[in-house]
Amino acid sequence: MLEQLLAQYRAAPDSFDEMLDASGQPRPQWRAMLELMAADAPDAMRQRIDTVQSQVRENGVTYNVYSDARGIQRPWDLNVLPLILPQDEWSGIEAAVIQRATLMNLILGDVYGEQKMLAEGLLPPALIHGHAGFLRPCHGMKHSDGVALHFYSCDLARAADGQWWVLSDRTQAPSGAGYALENRSIISRIFPDMMRDLKVQPITGFFRTMRLSLADWGRRCAANGSSGTPLRDSEAPLIVLLTPGPYNETYYEQAFLARYLGLPLVEGSDLTVRGGMVWLKTLSGLQRVHVIMRRVDDDFCDPLELRSDSALGVVGLTEAARLGNVLIANSLGSGLLESGALLGFLPALCRRLLGEPMKMPSVATWWCGEAAALDQVIGQLDQLVIKPSFPQLRQLSVFGQDLEGIARADFIEQMRANPSNYVAQEQVRLSQSPVWQPGSPGGLSARAIGLRVYACATPYGYVVMPGGLTRAATGRDARVITMQQGGGSKDTWVQSSAERGLQRPLLRSTRSQDLIRDDTHLSSRMAENLFWFGRHTERCDNIARLLRVALNVLFEVRPGYRGAEWPTIEALCTWFSLLDPKAKKQAQGQAQAQIQGLAANLGKDLSDEEIESALLLAVVSPEVPGLARQVRQLFRTASHLGERLSVDNWRALNWMVQRVLDLEQQPSQSEAMTILDDTTTSLMTMAGFAMDGMTRDMGWRFLSLGRRLERLQFQSLVLQHALGMPANGNLDWLLELSDSIITYRTRYRAQPEWLPVLDLLVLDESNPRSIVFQMDGILKGLGKISLSYGPCGFEQLLPLNDELLALAAATDLYWRNARLIDLLVRINVASAAMSERIGLKFFTYTDNLPHRTGNV
Amino acid sequence: MSDSSASAGHAWPCARYRVVHETHYTYQSPVSLSQQYLHMTPRSFNYQQTESHRILIDPAEEEGRDGTDYFGNRTRHVTITVPHKVLLVRAESTVALTPRHDLERIRATLPWEQLRAMMTRDRSAEILEACRYLYASPHVNCSPALERYARISYTLSRPQLDAAQELCHRIHEDFEFDDKATDISTPLEEVLAGRRGVCQDFAHLMIGCLRSLGLPARYMSGYILTHPPAGQPRMIGADASHAWVSVYCPDLGWVDFDPTNRSLVQCEHVTLGWGRDYSDVAPMRGIVLGGGEQELEVRVTVSPLPITGSTPA
Repeated sequence: MLEQLLAQYRAAPDSFDEMLDASGQPRPQWRAMLELMAADAPDAMRQRIDTVQSQVRENGVTYNVYSDARGIQRPWDLNVLPLILPQDEWSGIEAAVIQRATLMNLILGDVYGEQKMLAEGLLPPALIHGHAGFLRPCHGMKHSDGVALHFYSCDLARAADGQWWVLSDRTQAPSGAGYALENRSIISRIFPDMMRDLKVQPITGFFRTMRLSLADWGRRCAANGSSGTPLRDSEAPLIVLLTPGPYNETYYEQAFLARYLGLPLVEGSDLTVRGGMVWLKTLSGLQRVHVIMRRVDDDFCDPLELRSDSALGVVGLTEAARLGNVLIANSLGSGLLESGALLGFLPALCRRLLGEPMKMPSVATWWCGEAAALDQVIGQLDQLVIKPSFPQLRQLSVFGQDLEGIARADFIEQMRANPSNYVAQEQVRLSQSPVWQPGSPGGLSARAIGLRVYACATPYGYVVMPGGLTRAATGRDARVITMQQGGGSKDTWVQSSAERGLQRPLLRSTRSQDLIRDDTHLSSRMAENLFWFGRHTERCDNIARLLRVALNVLFEVRPGYRGAEWPTIEALCTWFSLLDPKAKKQAQGQAQAQIQGLAANLGKDLSDEEIESALLLAVVSPEVPGLARQVRQLFRTASHLGERLSVDNWRALNWMVQRVLDLEQQPSQSEAMTILDDTTTSLMTMAGFAMDGMTRDMGWRFLSLGRRLERLQFQSLVLQHALGMPANGNLDWLLELSDSIITYRTRYRAQPEWLPVLDLLVLDESNPRSIVFQMDGILKGLGKISLSYGPCGFEQLLPLNDELLALAAATDLYWRNARLIDLLVRINVASAAMSERIGLKFFTYTDNLPHRTGNV
Repeated sequence: MSDSSASAGHAWPCARYRVVHETHYTYQSPVSLSQQYLHMTPRSFNYQQTESHRILIDPAEEEGRDGTDYFGNRTRHVTITVPHKVLLVRAESTVALTPRHDLERIRATLPWEQLRAMMTRDRSAEILEACRYLYASPHVNCSPALERYARISYTLSRPQLDAAQELCHRIHEDFEFDDKATDISTPLEEVLAGRRGVCQDFAHLMIGCLRSLGLPARYMSGYILTHPPAGQPRMIGADASHAWVSVYCPDLGWVDFDPTNRSLVQCEHVTLGWGRDYSDVAPMRGIVLGGGEQELEVRVTVSPLPITGSTPA
């Protein structure tokens, strides 16, 4: 069986194979996995792959690819087979990464401090003073424990002889650790027993350590800063994760990390600097921020002192950091060390600063700014990759072997003209690792891989994540691996030896006085997003139900005959723009015009076919008003909630979005009905999360308020229309639309009549669809919000509520009651006005966006 | 950094000035929060002593913090939280200047190629300090075109400052002062091709020429004394901010040239500070919340004061 499995798998002679040794035998760490696969039932692997893919899809793990036609959403590519590394090999990697992180931190401290390495000739001044990433305003800043590099990662590759090499360093805002965590959570479901047998080390402790370290330094920031007010034992330092926003390529990961670490995910506009300190704008006022874990690039962090055209940063952040009032991880200006030009100088710097040789070499690199290097590089151009020395040059890497003729001569001339702008690196022959490819005989094939590893600083030194993000190229010979260009990823398993437990640094842990019972850090922006998330969820539900009712009524009657209730339903559909005579004629026009011409249809009632076609379009097409467009809107709002929604909630949402938006062609009527049913079910699930899965904090109140206001608006509108319908109209649709048909049937077991229907939909305080129920909930919710944040004008709803409660079943609940219709109209208007008032009172407005006045 | 310390020594002042620099913003709608970063305080160094200085702001700032930037310039961070539609920042300074080098010494400086070689090899504190001003910066790029323009003056083995002076004169002759032709975002290539601009452009141009040759050059921000037409009184507020260039030479240190006025800087230039280019020392850089459309008016007055008998405290 094993032979069969390996039948198509080739260990390449010129590169290292992670699975097979030189003699073609499986390496020890792979034996168990291969045995498992060999003994597997024929479709076991297929099932595992399905599980991985559905997990990725349902968890909504995405990577934003700028060039992707599918917009900002691309599913994460996770291969089912991990990279497995035995403990002894890992120990070497771990020690080397700790050494390198320590070295990088010392270099950073020197460059932004005394610059002794320049004076001693160990670093060429051009690499610092000629680098746009050397942020002059950050020179001289002090850091707790001398740590400027809190989070570090580097890309490793393994050469043919088995030796690991460092390809590049990430010192600014390393990405991918969250994806590594997500990969682990998915793969550990596929191979739980195997992971236990192989003693795979968990990686969650790494994130705990990182958070505790940041909290520890944050505590010192609060006390040591220029305006030090030490935190009481009962107070926790506030750590936030600063994101560039949902359009960033790794936004999913940022939201995932924020949720996992329990940090508010904030955008620059959520923060403000006053008195040299950083504050989070929350509904209850400004909250002091002690630590910013940032994913915004160095120079974008502060439009006042750094890039003045940045809209992503926080005005005055540099000054706050300079005063020691906030810890920024990583410190501003740390991106400087990502320049490949540094690599060649590291061995000497390591000996000078740490007194020892480098434990893991960097891939051979020459900075062409040195005359001897330039000649050598030009001499062996074919074996080299040429990269820009500085990010401000905005150049791509060039493979020497790709250059021919005039292009080659031009390129060499450019290099000679500005040698310091170029770095040359040896091309690395990447190691290969198996991936499972469904369909290929044996299933296993080889892919080039690279490993990204992570370290975080603690007050006691660096700690390395036992694992990492393994990235696989699309083919076995790939020269570069980037997720941006569509590579895949793998989980990374590091085995532990029995005697070695997981290191737990001794840091302050949560005590009873640290417990937090409310979301005091709820930002105004987040409250607004939650409010609109509530409204959009409910609006989706309303539209799905309305479409279902309309399609039902349209198809249940005899052809050519519509019940007396139809005009009312049609009016509602028109109100929500689901039926727009003009738009619909155009949509259908092309097909029909060919056959019979458009003119015949003008001015007439719409035919059943026309209505059906328009309604089906409204279900699936985001091009017209309707469900698909509304679902997309909901998804956009949700994408700003990131870490506030649970993974399960996301899964329900993603499933619904894919169900509605991934349709490739116009659905049939029955398919559309199934989509509508599924959508309603998903929305019920999400409502369930809101009811049962979210804590009743202020964020929840805003979400809930959004839902209720939307529902009150909808129900009051529907009832107004319904009350004006002809006497012989059927009432089933009204109960169906209001999700109250079951209750009605259980109670009355008869055809619906006006009095009991109105009682159920207006006055019944036990029915969540009734006007009274929603009004009561809104008043209570607003009352709670007012208690915390001051008056918000809910008193204006009270007279309407009094009128509502004064209605009597015996005298007021009848068809075409003008007083009742008038009250419903006023309730409808008042709920819209209330929504606006909430916006004015609690949410920030776009015309308040800061803008630049300088430079003068 | 010998030049950045206030070593005015006991040299006899050659001039004293009072400078008033007013910046006046009018906004269309109220500004609720204004955060400003100012480079409006003249620094003291071997040719200049700042005797007195204050910044007045209306409406009054909630907080203000003085500091020193990477280049040794004096800075001030200001936050204004009172809603306002008009903002006035008034910087008042009194400075005393001491004489600089005379023209004769310039002819005897080292050949420029020698300085270029020192810049790549020498690691002394002074050369490393000069390295800060050796490379491209946000408003100054290096290019073959700039180098070609510079080479006309930078001939074989010519003394560094002698060549710099000729370059300064050529810029003055080849370029026309035109405050409509450019703004601060106009690229250097365009200035070079169009042959028009203002003092900032000429300063950036000369810096770009020098750096393209591999020589360091600083951007100087400050003011210049203007001379009213004969028989007329000095107009209040008629002056403006000024910019010029400082060129390094190991024999004499940093020597200032003003390509806008075809002059070696002596006793009519008041220095605020210096950096790689305008972006490092913009007098006023700020972000406001609200405001809408804005109008800006800047008024500068440089008035000579009597040279007092004693060196000021």
